[in-house]
Amino acid sequence: MKTKKTIRNIPQERTPIGVQDPKERAGNFDEVALGYGLEDTLNESERCLMCPSAACIAGCPVGIDIPGFIQKMIDRDFRGAYDIVSESNLLPAICGRVCPQEDQCEGVCPVGDTLEPVAIGRLERWIGDLAIEKKWENTPYREANGFKIGIVGSGPGGMACAADMAKAGCDVTVYEAFQKPGGVLRYGIPEFRLPDAVINAEVESLARLGVRIECDTLVGRLFTIEQMLDEMGFDAVFVGTGAGSPRFMGIPGESLNGVVSANELLTRCNLMHAGEFPDYDTPLHLGKRVAVIGAGNTAMDAMRVSLRLGAEQVFCVYRRTKAESPARVEEIGHAEEEGIDFQWLTAPVEILDDGEGNVRGMRCVRMELGEPDDSGRRRPVPIEGSEYEFEADMVVYAIGTTANPIIGQTCKLKLNQWGYIEVDDDLATSMAGVFAGGDIVTGGSTVILAMGAGRKAARSMKAYLGIRDTDVIYLPEPERSKGRLFGIEVEEKNFSRLRIA
Amino acid sequence: MSHDFLHEVAEPARQVREGSRFEVVGREDFSESTFLLRIHYPLLAKAAKPGQFVIVMSQEHGERIPLTIADFDPDSGIVTLVIQAVGKTTMEMQQNCQVGAELFSLVGPMGVPSHIGDAAKVICVGGGLGVAPVFPHARAFKQNGAYVIGVVGFRTRQLVFWEDKFRNYCDEFIICTDDGSAGIKGLVTDGIKVAMDKHPDIDEVIAIGPPVMMRACAETTRPHKLKTTVSLNPVMVDGTGMCGGCRVKVGEKMMFACVDGPDFDGHQVDFDDLANRLRRFSEEEKIAAERWSKSCRAVKATHGPHPGETGPRPQGEGEPTAG
Ligand SMILES: Cc1cc2nc3c(=O)[nH]c(=O)nc-3n(C[C@H](O)[C@H](O)[C@H](O)COP(=O)(O)OP(=O)(O)OC[C@H]3O[C@@H](n4cnc5c(N)ncnc54)[C@H](O)[C@@H]3O)c2cc1C
Ligand SMILES: Cc1cc2nc3c(=O)[nH]c(=O)nc-3n(C[C@H](O)[C@H](O)[C@H](O)COP(=O)(O)OP(=O)(O)OC[C@H]3O[C@@H](n4cnc5c(N)ncnc54)[C@H](O)[C@@H]3O)c2cc1C
Ligand code: SF4
Ligand code: FES
Repeated sequence: MKTKKTIRNIPQERTPIGVQDPKERAGNFDEVALGYGLEDTLNESERCLMCPSAACIAGCPVGIDIPGFIQKMIDRDFRGAYDIVSESNLLPAICGRVCPQEDQCEGVCPVGDTLEPVAIGRLERWIGDLAIEKKWENTPYREANGFKIGIVGSGPGGMACAADMAKAGCDVTVYEAFQKPGGVLRYGIPEFRLPDAVINAEVESLARLGVRIECDTLVGRLFTIEQMLDEMGFDAVFVGTGAGSPRFMGIPGESLNGVVSANELLTRCNLMHAGEFPDYDTPLHLGKRVAVIGAGNTAMDAMRVSLRLGAEQVFCVYRRTKAESPARVEEIGHAEEEGIDFQWLTAPVEILDDGEGNVRGMRCVRMELGEPDDSGRRRPVPIEGSEYEFEADMVVYAIGTTANPIIGQTCKLKLNQWGYIEVDDDLATSMAGVFAGGDIVTGGSTVILAMGAGRKAARSMKAYLGIRDTDVIYLPEPERSKGRLFGIEVEEKNFSRLRIA
Repeated sequence: MSHDFLHEVAEPARQVREGSRFEVVGREDFSESTFLLRIHYPLLAKAAKPGQFVIVMSQEHGERIPLTIADFDPDSGIVTLVIQAVGKTTMEMQQNCQVGAELFSLVGPMGVPSHIGDAAKVICVGGGLGVAPVFPHARAFKQNGAYVIGVVGFRTRQLVFWEDKFRNYCDEFIICTDDGSAGIKGLVTDGIKVAMDKHPDIDEVIAIGPPVMMRACAETTRPHKLKTTVSLNPVMVDGTGMCGGCRVKVGEKMMFACVDGPDFDGHQVDFDDLANRLRRFSEEEKIAAERWSKSCRAVKATHGPHPGETGPRPQGEGEPTAG
């Protein structure tokens, strides 16, 4: 009989994760966090207290049975662990890497009250990577049901919806405007945080489910959503086009050469390989002193990419403080280690011209924190007379995005005042058969929430089409049936189902 | 666990839409630097409208470059692009995009279609790389019942193309050449003046071409308060409103040319800003073009000239701009 775990008898220290040396990694695009080894994984799993009403499950936006999968890890039943994770999360290798765990599962883990919380994200990444390596898949028994589903946008929202609908037996096509699928995962989040290979593996598994991914397709312009329903034979459509449109501040000097959005910088580098110019044709024209405005994940990525491509100094210019920064804690830490210079409580008021149409610097003002605003964060207010000049030859805007306008321009879906698609609780839009989710509904958010929205929309779609929800089918049921039917493993699923009319 | 296995995960095969592989099915060379490509892409030929463009990647390591849809025919499923070889990508396309070749990627139609209103009399002006792109406008206005005056500019007679095509849809057609070898001697602005003098009742001018030419057209019509629409061509990346690289200043407002345009009111556009932004990558453009020319010379030295190749031109030596 095992002794009950308590805060005192678990490993006290959070198992450290191997990371590339900061100096070295600032010069390459290899992944920064190297991931746990098997020993690390087992050790960290022991730190879970197996709380009966686990707060972490509620803390996870998709409600992964976290103690359940950790118990399987302890039992060394890794396939079992993966089955539990993948029941709720289709992209564990991705979410383990990019979720803001400190605000979600790990943020509410009671171990964190006294010690550091269980490293749930790292465990999830380990099991996700293992599944990719072993090519594990939980493909349900499927019976083509004749429904044709169209998905607009191949970000995490679109991918999740596509997978669930394919598993339910639908004929699914994903349309993507770019030449490669993945959405922000592909063009935004850099290689050193989320290797392309992980995205490729997830795309591959979608393809194995029978999902067709058609790139180079701008929905709305090549054909409209109405046409998909009326002429192209789609029974339902999911719109997950993201909130990709970058925001600028409207201060003087924004159109100078050398001022770019983080999206442009990241797309040029991640999707178009501008870092490898001239072997790849897309140029970047990186500055030597790069100032990035903003302090979210996008800003961190833009700074760290600039550093890796050879910028001499990279600054983060943010009008609040580190405590208010919306980036993942781990990424801020990594950025600091790599030598990013953080200018907290600073805001630009003008971008300065070198006389030839290029940036030579910014006029900035120092800020202080005042009363809390609507978001509960203390509002930054400029300190009078604190303006000064800040030298920089490239200024990168990473201050958020707004709704991508194309769908709004080309169809009659009801939008809200900011241009995001309006949906009800089931993610149904104003057009029958059309569902929407992810950033195009919520505004810039997170991978896991977009994925959760894609799955929720899939459930609503199934209800709309009258497809019985098959979520339960693809878990083996060893307890109830002893795992065997007529002496054959249920998991093999090589039974034909008979329909009795 | 080391994740070396990730290196083994290959990029999934690109799935391309059935029946549309972006195949070049026709090509014409109008001059040393201007060529036409016909691409078989029925869905696009059906969807395209005047004023829209596509973004093309000719090969996997290529740049995404915007090109205006110069013609589209829903019946044959053919889309026509007319391209001027001005830098690495377009010179490479000039050499490699022969009949039977496939483009790596082509997406569109992009941009808000031009507003073909119920104007009764219009001038459609094309200069340099804008001649072909203004053709769909001339046709659409004509089909809408307007009286259409076409004004196109070339450097010299040998460079003139699509004269018959334009004449089919233009009630009047004015060619302007720098040397007077065809039509009138002068710039397209001279052509516009000729048309304005003859017709005091013109409703609208559409002008497409290099920024200097569009600015000159806008200045010609400004004193007459004659509505003048221009099609802006800033450097783009995605063409879907996602990068902001294509931002232009129109009436002091920032616009994204790919999703808010590319058509804008010529009297409101800040052309200095556009000209400056087009210089963003001049260093890199030079490096790329030189590297490309060098590699071509190397290939030529060993294999002789590529069939159909008209030879890359040094960058900067612009064709013809009647501006
Ligand atoms: C640089 C950066 C770093 C980030 N880091 C993190 C992080 O660490 N952790 C985290 O949780 N979140 C992070 N996020 C946020 C997260 O990536 C997004 O919330 C999430 O990707 C949204 O998913 P989505 O499916 O809604 O849309 P997206 O991922 O935006 O994908 C939308 C896709 O739709 C395509 N599309 C758009 N319009 C059309 C059309 N008309 N036709 C066809 N296709 C179209 C787009 O090309 C795009 O590929 C980051 C975002 C950025 C930009
Ligand atoms: C909406 C739009 C429609 C266009 N339609 C056509 C068309 O129908 N036919 C055509 O030949 N070209 C068109 N262009 C221009 C075309 O995209 C550029 O010529 C091309 O990107 C040049 O690529 P490159 O690598 O060959 O040359 P680069 O080496 O990149 O550039 C060489 C020269 O071209 C100029 N240039 C670079 N990018 C652009 C650009 N985006 N627009 C204008 N000039 C540029 C540079 O300032 C430089 O002087 C269009 C551009 C836009 C934005
Ligand atoms: S998906 Fe995100 S929130 Fe949920 S358990 Fe994994 S890391 Fe935590
Ligand atoms: S080209 Fe990227 S926003 Fe217009």
